[in-house]
Order: sequence, then structure tokens, then C-alpha cells
Amino acid sequence: MTTTTATRELQVREAINEAIRQEMERDETVIIMGEEIAGGAGREHLGIVDAWGGPFRTTVGLIQQFGNQRVLDTPLSEAAFVGTAIGAASTGMRAIAELMFVDFIGVCMDQMLNNAAKMRYMFGGQVKVPFVMLTRIGAGFGSAAQHSESYYSIFSHIPGLKGVVPSDPYTAKGLLISAIRDDDPVVFFEHKGLYTNRGPVPEEPYTYPIGKARTVRQGSDVTLVGLSKMTWIANNAAEELAKDGINAEVVDLLSISPIDYDHVLESVRKTHRVVVVDEDTPVCSMASEICARVAEEGFDYLDAPPSRVTAPHTPVPYSRALENIYLPNETRVINTVKNLFR
Amino acid sequence: MDLDRHTLLQLYRTMKTIRDFEERGIPETGQRGMSASVHSSAGQEAVPTGVCANLTDDDYIGSTHRGHGHCIAKGVDPKGMMAELFGRATGPNKGKGGSMHIADMSKGMLGTNGIVAGSVPLAVGAALTSKLRHGNRRVAVAFFGDGGANQGVLHECMNLASVWKLPVVFCCENNGYAESTPVEYALSTSRVSDRAAGYDMPGIHVDGMDVFAVYDAAREAVARARNGDGPSLLECRTYRYYGHTVFDNPLSYRTAEEEAHWRGRDPLKLFRETVIPQGEITPDQLDAIDAEVAALMEEAVAFADASPLPQPQELYDDVYVDYPVEMMRRGANMPV
Ligand SMILES: Cc1ncc(C[n+]2csc(CCOP(=O)(O)OP(=O)(O)O)c2C)c(N)n1
Ligand SMILES: [Mg+2]
Repeated sequence: MTTTTATRELQVREAINEAIRQEMERDETVIIMGEEIAGGAGREHLGIVDAWGGPFRTTVGLIQQFGNQRVLDTPLSEAAFVGTAIGAASTGMRAIAELMFVDFIGVCMDQMLNNAAKMRYMFGGQVKVPFVMLTRIGAGFGSAAQHSESYYSIFSHIPGLKGVVPSDPYTAKGLLISAIRDDDPVVFFEHKGLYTNRGPVPEEPYTYPIGKARTVRQGSDVTLVGLSKMTWIANNAAEELAKDGINAEVVDLLSISPIDYDHVLESVRKTHRVVVVDEDTPVCSMASEICARVAEEGFDYLDAPPSRVTAPHTPVPYSRALENIYLPNETRVINTVKNLFR
Repeated sequence: MDLDRHTLLQLYRTMKTIRDFEERGIPETGQRGMSASVHSSAGQEAVPTGVCANLTDDDYIGSTHRGHGHCIAKGVDPKGMMAELFGRATGPNKGKGGSMHIADMSKGMLGTNGIVAGSVPLAVGAALTSKLRHGNRRVAVAFFGDGGANQGVLHECMNLASVWKLPVVFCCENNGYAESTPVEYALSTSRVSDRAAGYDMPGIHVDGMDVFAVYDAAREAVARARNGDGPSLLECRTYRYYGHTVFDNPLSYRTAEEEAHWRGRDPLKLFRETVIPQGEITPDQLDAIDAEVAALMEEAVAFADASPLPQPQELYDDVYVDYPVEMMRRGANMPV
């Protein structure tokens, strides 16, 4: 799926780490805070530093390089530290806060909704909020309803917030550097199932523009729009479909706000069909938003109804027997596409 | 502490059941590929045991992600719990919840909870029901950790319960760590119980490895609540023997000496050392309980393995009391 000529390979987790590190090197106002981002906090005197390096080791090594005033482990108080990061960002810092799983947004949503998203507007443009929330999405690990959701659509709905859903190491690094340099609040969604995904990543800092989708597979018969890990599902499905003579184009959406409608429409103009593959629940979702936009602005291109493959309108079940049904997969994508040709 | 023999044996049985459930159930769950969300409470048995021994099925508890002990102490059937961990339809949550969401309303068990301090307001709400409908006769206990002690909702709840004089016991299981973060880094006070002063309620700090200390302190707090005198904050200092989850190596943030120190104060061992010299209970009686509990775990694993998985259609059950299933599938292109 690559869009770089770099030859060095990294995992997504390493690409995220490198982006944070390079931005902290470049700009001393960049700080990062969250639970367990170093781990074993306050035990330097026992020789304990960076005990965890983050729950998924995306922040490993940062505290050694930048110290505990810029790499801040927090008490278990999301409303406090997310709000504090927003406050710091509005007064001269570039602040990154990590919310361990997006499911925990409930305890700190007010800070996102009523402060980060609205301050600049309410204050008549007096303030910039260069704030990044790093958080995690994704089911498939038997972690049940409070640790598995993919609630990015909620953020897309909120005017004042931007959001990105990288799908591989290249887009993870580029989008994260963009997010940190951006003067608006950006939510960066890491998929738990992509951390070990490997791919080429340039060594030097670079940005991938927020609000730009990319085509990761060319095709002529149907456009599959993927988000985050679902781009890989879409890509696998496209390979299978090719065996049956259906040539799918795969668009990796990458940003949930702003949304690159034009890229999707351009593809649908060529393929005349669209299926959005989205791990979030279906009602008022990215999938429904994209389908609606294609119907509105690309009506004349369409030979079949804009369609979606998403999670159902239910929480994430624990039992694997149910979670496997809950999650969008290749078979569902293939069946949905084939239906469009009947 | 002047407990009759029956109560003493019951305390021991509960602690041993919790210990064995953790020691046996967690690896068994891991072998079935479901270990991502399981947290062992081994080492902490005296807290739920000592607290819940003062409660009946009519009383309520709210629990945490580390909640197997709370469930067992409140009377939830370990066989059903094992089935829940294995993702089977015979679990109390029908396989929908797993370790972090075990609930049994018939036992007043308001759920283990994956959101830290998430169940605290549920316990406060149950206490409100008790005040409004049951003359405070039912008491609610809100369990939370030292990490949970720093969640805003806990503080709002302590204030609310205090001004409304609700029959709640806020029970902090201080095991020294929130994941890898030590309490001395994250807590503004050396004792969580000191925070009670700000909410005008008693704050009690006890040795959470000593089931009798926990029992006595909880008895007083529960009596106060039942009497309509309002909430208390009970902090029990304890220790978890294993990592935060099975994936964590705790020696990356704590020392082997520290672990050895706390294991030396093992709650089951302390129980034996306290009770046997008093002569009322013999080692044989406790050994017999050990054997019964081991057999119960055997039975629980067999029961869980023999239980059916949920049927595909159950995905849509219990999202709501009343909602068209078609509306949950519509547009999603679901296979069922
Ligand atoms: C709101 C929220 N934030 C973070 C987490 C992730 N998390 C789960 S348990 C835990 C530590 C909890 O510590 P403590 O309350 O002391 O309980 P213990 O694990 O020690 O029993 C954390 C940070 C979560 N589940 N919910
Ligand atoms: Mg703790």
C-alpha cells in the first residue's frame, strides 16, 4: 500500500515513537503526558526509568531523552490531564495527551467537546489550541465492550476538532508529525491491531497532510473506502474479488476531519460503485457520512447504491463467538460488493 | 474480633476460593485465548472477603476491573464466572461481558467494570434506592483502587453521598500501584483515607492483608450506613501478587524484596497463623476446605468447557429492552 520510496522499514509502533521523538527534538514546546507513557514513575532513585514505555510501547525511550518535565506520567485522572494539556496548548505549549483507549473518552469528553473544540471560536479567534490526543481503537482481542470500540465518528461530528486514522507506518509517522505541528486540536487514532504492521518509513521528519486520502490500489469496478485497519480488510477483499473478475479500487481515507470527499468522488466517478468499510457502528458514522456525500454529489456517477460494511448497532461483545461476527471482515466486503453487481 | 467457628471457616473458604479462582482460572482462560482483559486479585483476598462478610444478598457492591474477588465474596457462583471468562452462554452475562463486566443482580453485584471508578456512582445510586425505598436497610459498597482514588467521579460521589447521607461504604483497595504507577507518585496524600475529611465522613485505614482488621472496620462502616448516618471511606492497604495483567512483568517497576515482603504477609497464611493457635479451628479443617475448593475449581473448568457458546443471533440481544433487531443490522451488511 506504500506511497514512499523509502527503504527502511519500521513497525507502526516505532513510526509513532519516531514522530514524537523528532518533533520533541525540533520544538522544545512539545510535551507529552498520559498514563504509563513512561511507567514506574518517580522511581529514578531505584534505577527504574521508563518501566513500560507506554502500554503499547509507543512512547518508549522518550523520558530518557527529554526528561520527566516534558514526558509526564499522570495520575489516573483523564479529565484533569486532558484538560491540562488543552490549557497548556492554549498558552504556549504544543501538548500531546494520550488516552489509553478511546472507550475512556467518557470521563474526559467535556474537555474535548467544550474546551478544545470550541475555545478558539468562542473567544473570537484569540487562541490557538495545538493539542494532540493520541488514543486507541479496535476490536478483535476479546477485550469486551469498554476496551474495544472504534469511536472515531463521534469526533468527526464535533466542529473544532480534526482527526486522523493512519493505516500503516508511513501514514502514522507523517500524520502524527502533521498533527503535532497543526495549530488546531487533532485526535490521532491508533489501531491496536496495526502496531506490528511493518512498512517503509523515511528517516527524516516529513508530514502527511491532514485531510488527504490516498488510493492504495487502482481499480475500475468499485471503490472500497477503508479506515485504519479496515483499509487492509478492503485490500484483502479486493485481491479476492480480482480472482472473480471484479477490479476494486481501494481508497484509504486517513482523515476523519476534514474528510477528503473529493478523492472519494473522483474514484467513484471512475468506478460507479462505492462500499465503505468501517469498524465503527453504522448510525451517524463515517460510513454513512461518506455514502451520503457520494449520493449527494456523485449521484450521476452511480450504478449501484452507496453501501457500507460496518459493525452492527451494538456494543462490542466479549465472547469470540460473537466478536467474530461483530467485526467487518473480507467475506462481508466481498458479499456486499457482489450484491452490487447482481 | 470474636467470630463464631462457622464465620471463621466461611472467611477462609471465601479467601481460598478467590485465590484458587485466580490461580487456576486465569491460566485456563489464557489457554482458551481470552486473556487480554483478565486481572488477578491474588494477594488481595482479605479485602472483599472481610467487607462482604458484613453484607447479605440484599446489599449491593460495585466492583472494578480486578473484580473476581468481589464477585466470589458477594456470592456469585464461580462455575458461572468461569464460563463467563471462557465466553460461554452459561456465564452470568451470557458471555457478553467477560472478566471485566461480571454482574449478578440476584446477588447485588453491580458489575466488575472496565472503566476505573466507573462503578462508584452505580453503588451510590443503589444506596439512593435503599434510602428512598428500603429505609437504608440495604448498604452499597463501592470498591475502587488507589488509581481510582484519583478519578473525579469518585470525589463527586463522595460529596454527593455525604450531603445526601446515603448508605455507602467507599472501599479503596490500595495495592500500591495503578498499572506500573506507584502511589507515592500519583497520590497527593500518603493515605487515601485522609481525603474523607474533605467530605465530612469517617476515614479508616486498615491492614488489607488481615481479614479480621478489614472485617471489623467494615462492620462499623456498614452499621453506620444502615443506621442512616451516611457514608464512610475505608482504605485497605494490600498488594497484588502478579502484574497488572498477565502481559506485565511487575519487576520492571517494583523489587523482588518488596514482593517477598508482601507475600510473607499472605492473607491466607495470616489467617492460619492467627486462628490455629486459638484452638477453635484445626489445620485439618482448613486443609479440608482447600481440597473442596480445588475440587470446585475442577468442576468450574469442566462446566465452562462443556457449556455452549452464544448463538450468533445473541449478538443483538439485550442491547435494549425494546428495539427492532432490524435497526441494529440495517445498512451494516451483517452476516446474521
Ligand atoms: C478511565 C480509565 N482510565 C484508564 C484505564 C486503564 N486502566 C485500567 S486499570 C488501571 C489501573 C488501575 O489502578 P487501581 O485503581 O489502583 O486498581 P488496580 O489495578 O491496582 O487494582 C488503568 C490505568 C481504565 N480502565 N479506565
Ligand atoms: Mg492499585
